[in-house]
Amino acid sequence: MTVFTRRTLLQGGTAAAAACTLSGPALLDWAKAWAQAAPWKPEKGAKLSMLRWKYFVQSEDDAFVKLIDAFTKATGVKVEISRESYEDVQPKASVAANTGTGPDLFWGLYSLPHLFPQKCIDVTDVANYLGKKYGGWVESAVKYGTSGNKWICIPVCYSGALMNYRIEASKKAGFSKFPDKTDAFLEYAKAMKANNTPGGFALGHASGDGNSWVYWCLWAHGGNAVDKNDKVIINSPETAKALEYAKTLYGYMIPGTASWNDASNNKAFLAGDIYWTNNGISIYVAAKKDPSKKQIAEDMDHAYWPVGPVGHPTELHLMYPVLAMTYTKYPQACKALMAFMLEADNFNPWIESAQGYLTHCLNAYDKNPVWTADPKTTPFRDVAKRTLTAGGLGSVGEKAATAIADFVILDMFANYCTGREDVKGAIAVAERQLKRIYR
Amino acid sequence: MADIILKAPCNTASAPHRVTAWERLKADRNWLGFWFMLPAGVFLILFLAYPLGLGIWLSFTDARLGRPGDFVGIENYQFLWDDSTFWLTVFNTLLYTSVASVIKFAIGLYLALLLNERLPFKAIIRAVVLIPFIVPTVLSAIAFWWLFDPQFSIISWSLRKLHLISANIDFLGDPWNARWSVIFANIWRGVPFVAITLLAGLQTVSPSLYEAAIIDGSTPWQRFRYITYPLLTPIIAVVMTFSVLFTFTDFQLIWVMTRGGPVNATHLMATFSYQRAIMSGYLGEGAAISTAMIPFLLCAILVSWFGLQRRKWQQGESDD
Repeated sequence: MTVFTRRTLLQGGTAAAAACTLSGPALLDWAKAWAQAAPWKPEKGAKLSMLRWKYFVQSEDDAFVKLIDAFTKATGVKVEISRESYEDVQPKASVAANTGTGPDLFWGLYSLPHLFPQKCIDVTDVANYLGKKYGGWVESAVKYGTSGNKWICIPVCYSGALMNYRIEASKKAGFSKFPDKTDAFLEYAKAMKANNTPGGFALGHASGDGNSWVYWCLWAHGGNAVDKNDKVIINSPETAKALEYAKTLYGYMIPGTASWNDASNNKAFLAGDIYWTNNGISIYVAAKKDPSKKQIAEDMDHAYWPVGPVGHPTELHLMYPVLAMTYTKYPQACKALMAFMLEADNFNPWIESAQGYLTHCLNAYDKNPVWTADPKTTPFRDVAKRTLTAGGLGSVGEKAATAIADFVILDMFANYCTGREDVKGAIAVAERQLKRIYR
Repeated sequence: MADIILKAPCNTASAPHRVTAWERLKADRNWLGFWFMLPAGVFLILFLAYPLGLGIWLSFTDARLGRPGDFVGIENYQFLWDDSTFWLTVFNTLLYTSVASVIKFAIGLYLALLLNERLPFKAIIRAVVLIPFIVPTVLSAIAFWWLFDPQFSIISWSLRKLHLISANIDFLGDPWNARWSVIFANIWRGVPFVAITLLAGLQTVSPSLYEAAIIDGSTPWQRFRYITYPLLTPIIAVVMTFSVLFTFTDFQLIWVMTRGGPVNATHLMATFSYQRAIMSGYLGEGAAISTAMIPFLLCAILVSWFGLQRRKWQQGESDD
């Protein structure tokens, strides 16, 4: 944590003031006024149920419950919330869409609405209303949110994963700034290893950290799983280049990353065993909270992923869209709730409560104090703007989600980096699996 | 019942009563057994046969999670036949099952023989032996995951402090290390089951047989070979069948410790099936992988089933 100065206290004060607007009568008055003016009038006797992904931080869920309470008080619509681990929302939503019964609203992962676009109610009016009011949607949100020219869900937020690194060790290795190009990053990893301050990326079946770095690496070198017509094009010289790059990088990592899961790099970083890795903001938040790790929190920072030969950012962050099912009896109430969630008076305190874990998809929220109160969280402000969509050039639907869930690309990298397959073999295994997924 | 008895004479008095087929079935002694078996039968069909049948049916469809599929014949199996990852999981599963089962049997038998001797604190030692079996699998798997952690392993740490190694051992990151590590965890967990069950079997062996053998001047090895072993055979057959089945279908240990990694080196058929069916949503293909486990499991069951039919196995005598 930084030293307390008048300035940080003031900033803290602003944040607290913003948070205060969430509770108390002021919010209720505002919510009531909003309900009066909003274009969506909930049906009489409407009751909603929502299945959402399980929170990373308790404060986020608390803020969300408050927000929902305010909605209930203002509109009279009761909302029942249930929570599932984010990977489990998709199967439940698929079953609900198939059987036509279940929660009215689902708040899950990026590709969710594209598994059954015809079962999601058209929320174009809500998306346009919010987009117009709050500075427009970021590009990736439009791709995730629309099917044809219809919006089938409202993109709520992203959870970003960026580079985490130790400042002192990087300086010692000759890097006062974290490298922003892949070539420089390779030099960086090499120098860090030579100084006995190595880093590492997960090469085990880590759904979050593992997938995000291999997709970054593949895309950064111009490789792609599929083209824009979903034709499999993984077998390319660019993919081979990406694999070579990863293998060299793997050589500079701490040993053992082939067995890492999503929690391993957090543990190793907090224990001072690794000095760079990819992660959400959780390492930093954990270090700040634990007095014995204060020194790590002060000595670490976040950076964007280095840009590769393709010349533009090739990051992959997780998006969380909310959708309403066509079987709901109360579509207007659903729309009202979606709009209510993203109104500034609700959204600002909520995104603040998430402490940087979550990033908005509406441009106006760049101004939220959470991104400037602590400069170390600032890079996370931009993850929605920098991310590509699941599937890369291809569609964002089920197939892309399957390829990620089945670790096709991750296994291709792991197969080559650990020496189990040569370049051709590793690509061939992935190509065969992708062809089946994208047939 | 009372009604029937009261009414019965009236019926016979008024008109000759024709016994319907249903009434005959109800009262027939030969059918009585069937009626008593019916509840159990319904239960078995509903909760065992139906899911099994459904699983096999799903393996012939392209069903996805949350939506029914169309019949595609043996397409899933064809794909798996050429899938190197699938064959790797078959290899892993066979290796895992055979190595772990043999070692579990050896250690289990040894422990059982030891515990059958007169020992001080016998009851407590027997209870202690059971501990690995009592601890929920997921918890022990998490403990092993920490023990084998590439950075924080207590084993690596101790060896380093003793100056026996210079760098941490990559237990779960190297394919072969990872295989032996998960096999070790499985053995640790499975030994108590084998040991305690064999111990129960040992205690059914009549002491008079041993006494007679001792009087005849037998060696300890001869007593084991010609008394203990033959009398224990039926128990061994049952225990090893169960042990092989449990090991072959193991899921939790692998899933918690490695999720099938590194590079699928520890993926068993069960974990691979789960990954394809539930995580990736390819129910049909996942079902095909689990169906492919059936022949192996049937083999294991048949060996013990036919074994138990044989008198030689049952009583340690010759068949002829």
